[in-house]
Amino acid sequence: MIGTGETVAFWVLAPVAILAALGVICLRKAVHSALMLAVVMLCLAGMYFAQHAPFLAVVQVVVYTGAVMMLFLFVVMLVGVDRREPAQGRNRAQTVAGVATGLGFAGLLLGLVSRASLTLPDLSVTSPDPGLTSQGHVRALARELFAHYLFAFEVTSALLITAGLGAMVLTHRQHRPARRSQRQRSEQRLRDYAQQGSHPGMLPPPGVFATANGVDVPALLPDGSVAPTSVSRTLQIRHEGVGRYEGVALPAGPSEPTEEVSS
Amino acid sequence: MSPLSYIVVSVIVFSLGLIGVMVRRNALVLFMCVELMLNASNLALVTFSRLHNNIDGQVLAFFVMVVAAAEVVVGLAIIISIFRSRHSVSVDDASVLRY
Repeated sequence: MIGTGETVAFWVLAPVAILAALGVICLRKAVHSALMLAVVMLCLAGMYFAQHAPFLAVVQVVVYTGAVMMLFLFVVMLVGVDRREPAQGRNRAQTVAGVATGLGFAGLLLGLVSRASLTLPDLSVTSPDPGLTSQGHVRALARELFAHYLFAFEVTSALLITAGLGAMVLTHRQHRPARRSQRQRSEQRLRDYAQQGSHPGMLPPPGVFATANGVDVPALLPDGSVAPTSVSRTLQIRHEGVGRYEGVALPAGPSEPTEEVSS
Repeated sequence: MSPLSYIVVSVIVFSLGLIGVMVRRNALVLFMCVELMLNASNLALVTFSRLHNNIDGQVLAFFVMVVAAAEVVVGLAIIISIFRSRHSVSVDDASVLRY
């Protein structure tokens, strides 16, 4: 009833899908979860192909791994790639209860499936639906969709328009107070310099060591200490900038003392 | 191997999504787990369509995909607006809606 090719495809795709699904719920960072979710969706698309549903497989790739995952990754980028879950808010008893409930639910469903397998209809004696062979599949699906489910199909178009409008309304934001122009910000900087003595110019750029070359390497001040403002604030939040060199005895470069003397 | 193996995979993926929804705190990951469950139900629908020799299950899976797309759009917009006001995507922080 099932060919060898499909069996091989199943045993390749199913473990990958389950491991990736496990990765979605276990990985700490939201980006990694999103990528694992994309793997699950691609595996499911392969399974749809194997089950004579080529149209759904293509829609799965285009809509899910294309549009939905891109939306997810955009939002992950907006809220911060590095954002981890706070560890202190995690309730251990609740985690255990959640896992137990999920496992119990899985056991329930698997028991149901094993019972239901006893009453499967024998498909080998009946001729297959023309829509389920690969030739007339899209045509049969279209006939079903536009003949029997036409009203539901039209309602989904209204649903999609409503969803788009809702997303625009929810994320619309008026700048209040109004966004300051470049001139106003420049004048504010000089006013701060006059009143508080804060540095009006650009911040020092990140430095380059003999062993590393990147934006996360802080620049060195003339006395050999680290310039904290030379590393981007985002990297400081991720603790990948200045903190990496804290407490490390930094060798003063040969050029810095001479610069100090000359200036 | 029978087509029921696909149902078993679907059950496992669905349960993993369920566990994720109950255990994780990050609203984004919560949404991903909901997508996981929807995908698992789609796999079950496609397999049922094949088992029963009837294409209606695939039509239903198609509608599930459409609704899931709309749901993701609105849900992510809500997450964004909550993040703007609270600077957090943890579902435990967004509890003032009750009052």
